[in-house]
Amino acid sequence: AARTDDTTATARADAGDAAPEAEMHTASAEADGSGAAASSHEGGYGLGRPALDEEIAAWDIDIRPDGQGLPRGEGDVWTGEELFVAQCAMCHGDFGEGAGRWPQLALGMGTLTSNDPVKTVGSYWPYLSTVWDYVHRAMPFGNAQSLSDDEVYAITAYILYLNEIVEDDFVLSSDSFAEVEMPNAGAFYMDDRAETELPEFSREVCMENCKEDVKITMRARVLDVTPEGGDDTENAPNEAPAPEEAMDGGDHAASDEASADDAAPAVEQQTETAQADTGGAAPESASTSETEDAPEDIRIVAADPALIADGAKVFRKCQACHQVGADASNRVGPQLNGLLGRTVGSAEGFSYSNTFEKAHDAGEVWTAEHLAEFLADPRGTYTGTKMSFAGLKDDADIEAVTAYIEAEGAE
Amino acid sequence: QTPDPAITELPPWQQYLGEGVDAAPYGMPSQYETHVVRRNVPWLTADATSSVNFTPLHELDGIITPNGLCFERHHGGVAEVDPAEYRLMINGLVDTPLVFDLQDLMRFPRENRIHFLECAANSGMEWRGAQLNGCQFTHGMIHNVMYTGVPLRLLLEEAGVKTAGTWLLAEGADASAMTRSIPMEKALDDCLVAFKMNGEMLRPEQGYPVRLVVPGWEGNMWVKWLRRIEVGDQPWHHREETSKYTDLFPDGQARRFTWEMDAKSVITNPSPQAPITHGPGRMVLSGVAWSGRGTIPRVDVTLDGGNSWVQARMSGPSFDKSMHRFYHEFDWDGRPLLLQSRAHDSTGYVQPTKDMLREIRGENSIYHNNGIQTWAVNEQGVAENVEVSS
Repeated sequence: AARTDDTTATARADAGDAAPEAEMHTASAEADGSGAAASSHEGGYGLGRPALDEEIAAWDIDIRPDGQGLPRGEGDVWTGEELFVAQCAMCHGDFGEGAGRWPQLALGMGTLTSNDPVKTVGSYWPYLSTVWDYVHRAMPFGNAQSLSDDEVYAITAYILYLNEIVEDDFVLSSDSFAEVEMPNAGAFYMDDRAETELPEFSREVCMENCKEDVKITMRARVLDVTPEGGDDTENAPNEAPAPEEAMDGGDHAASDEASADDAAPAVEQQTETAQADTGGAAPESASTSETEDAPEDIRIVAADPALIADGAKVFRKCQACHQVGADASNRVGPQLNGLLGRTVGSAEGFSYSNTFEKAHDAGEVWTAEHLAEFLADPRGTYTGTKMSFAGLKDDADIEAVTAYIEAEGAE
Repeated sequence: QTPDPAITELPPWQQYLGEGVDAAPYGMPSQYETHVVRRNVPWLTADATSSVNFTPLHELDGIITPNGLCFERHHGGVAEVDPAEYRLMINGLVDTPLVFDLQDLMRFPRENRIHFLECAANSGMEWRGAQLNGCQFTHGMIHNVMYTGVPLRLLLEEAGVKTAGTWLLAEGADASAMTRSIPMEKALDDCLVAFKMNGEMLRPEQGYPVRLVVPGWEGNMWVKWLRRIEVGDQPWHHREETSKYTDLFPDGQARRFTWEMDAKSVITNPSPQAPITHGPGRMVLSGVAWSGRGTIPRVDVTLDGGNSWVQARMSGPSFDKSMHRFYHEFDWDGRPLLLQSRAHDSTGYVQPTKDMLREIRGENSIYHNNGIQTWAVNEQGVAENVEVSS
């Protein structure tokens, strides 16, 4: 039987579907003017259809601390290391130390009481199930739910090893799962604001003569990290922060995302600042010199808007690591402006793998054919590439994404 | 005084015909309002696909946020869900696991409600001190719109929740497959499964075609691109309720399940992005206030950094767990101002100072910073984000 949360609803259900509209509105009109709540219907409304077991199995992937939802399987630390280096290290670092502003996953124990807490799986996460669940549902970033269950076990085992929670001979399995103790498991408690804050913050307020003397104790402008263009006023221009100030700003910074949690590193910030400072002139510098060699007319003739639009969708698989277009810069992967015709491994300022360095020195060039070969099988084409991407299975996707990169990166 | 050419000269728009109907089948703001946009803070996050931008509060009035200006927060980019392929599943501890398509959802009785959605990390950059110059950046992880949707209670009743079902897990269809645990009591109380905002279909960046509405509670729980509700007998303790969205205290312990958003307010005008440009004399100060526990019957305003306070004038409708608008009209003598606002909610709670919060929570908790904001305005009318002595 359907739940009924108020008696009016039950009464209406009893009276059948013909309950007068007027009655419904007067029944439970809310004081705040939102009107009457939508009412329950005895026995339900008969909408929707039963979910099939296969459908539930396909979508119900969540794991709980007690192990509910964990599939059978296993993975060891060394298998995990191989997978981690290939699939995760470009963002999280080979040892879980975090690259750039991507999250650090390992160590940081003993920092939670410091001014710079480092929240990692080892130092902060209370449940191992959360790691398995999150890696399985959302990683690798930009290629979610592509790992097999055993691969998730192995990567999770390696993350535990990096955090010195298990030894290097450890095998994580559906059986050994419950034996792992997370160091910070006991450090969480339920929201207690009702006891610790609400009474304190519900007192009578002062309206007159509340302070003897009011002084400004801190100014945002001292460490001004407000983004360029964020300030509309001519009167209050943003002064570009000196690196030291920017670093302070990073230390002060905190949002709920990766970097912000872990405080934006100063080096990264300097880069951002430098880009912001050069403003509109930035795209003119590094990339265009290479694209100038490519014949303009070929690009225009080849530009098929539908194909480029398809390519834009395919490129979402790439954009977690690569940028292309105006303002593109090197991220986890190199920027892709003027890629076709460009020497392999030639994006200025990007630290390439050895295999790319060799290709660069040998004068290899990104032709459409070579790029297609690489995109179909990245690690087969350049063994040892840092690009963990598994490759594009569909030739049409390769053609589309190439058209998109060519179009976006042309100016 | 010379005659005003804006009056004496014929402007082109009075002489020549303008655009006809349908020049913009979906209308856009005036060409003179192109500066009114969401903005992000690039150094905050590693990548735009897992990042946040901010509502331009200083450009808005009233209590409704226009759909295109509602701040965005994504954990795996914007999912472009085809409504024809949209499905919502309810499974777990229910009598009958069910699948709904979009049309099924639209055949349930609907409710219309106006609620604010605030990210738990709104003002999170300000814990250690004044940092960002603009209420867009300090307070812009909030929006307030009218939702049209089906009470989650009705969908759960349809599936039949078993007696042991005390929690549910909401899951998104995006590349982060966002999940949050929600207690059954809240789900049955006032949660909506919404498909419209301000009358039109949800924007893609707000969860098109369906999102969860969890009134008064932190924005991360309002799962976008909602694809599944699982009923269970305990919380799931997933990433966004353990590693993130938990409030670290100085002793190394952390509060979890800090769902309700405390009462908060901010003066939007004047503010660093909206200085006083008209000089001394008559002026209108304005701002917004909200509480996750009820309504805002009262906001106090100070012009001198908290020595003396006056009650602001509340204006516009007052809805439960919604944004409220306040004004304070006064004659500015041209002397520097230290502006603050202080919200009182319908439970008697009064917005605390930042120092009062730091006293209890330290500076590393990231989330739930609802402390009083101070803007210093100088003789030229330029405003800056500052902190003042207690």
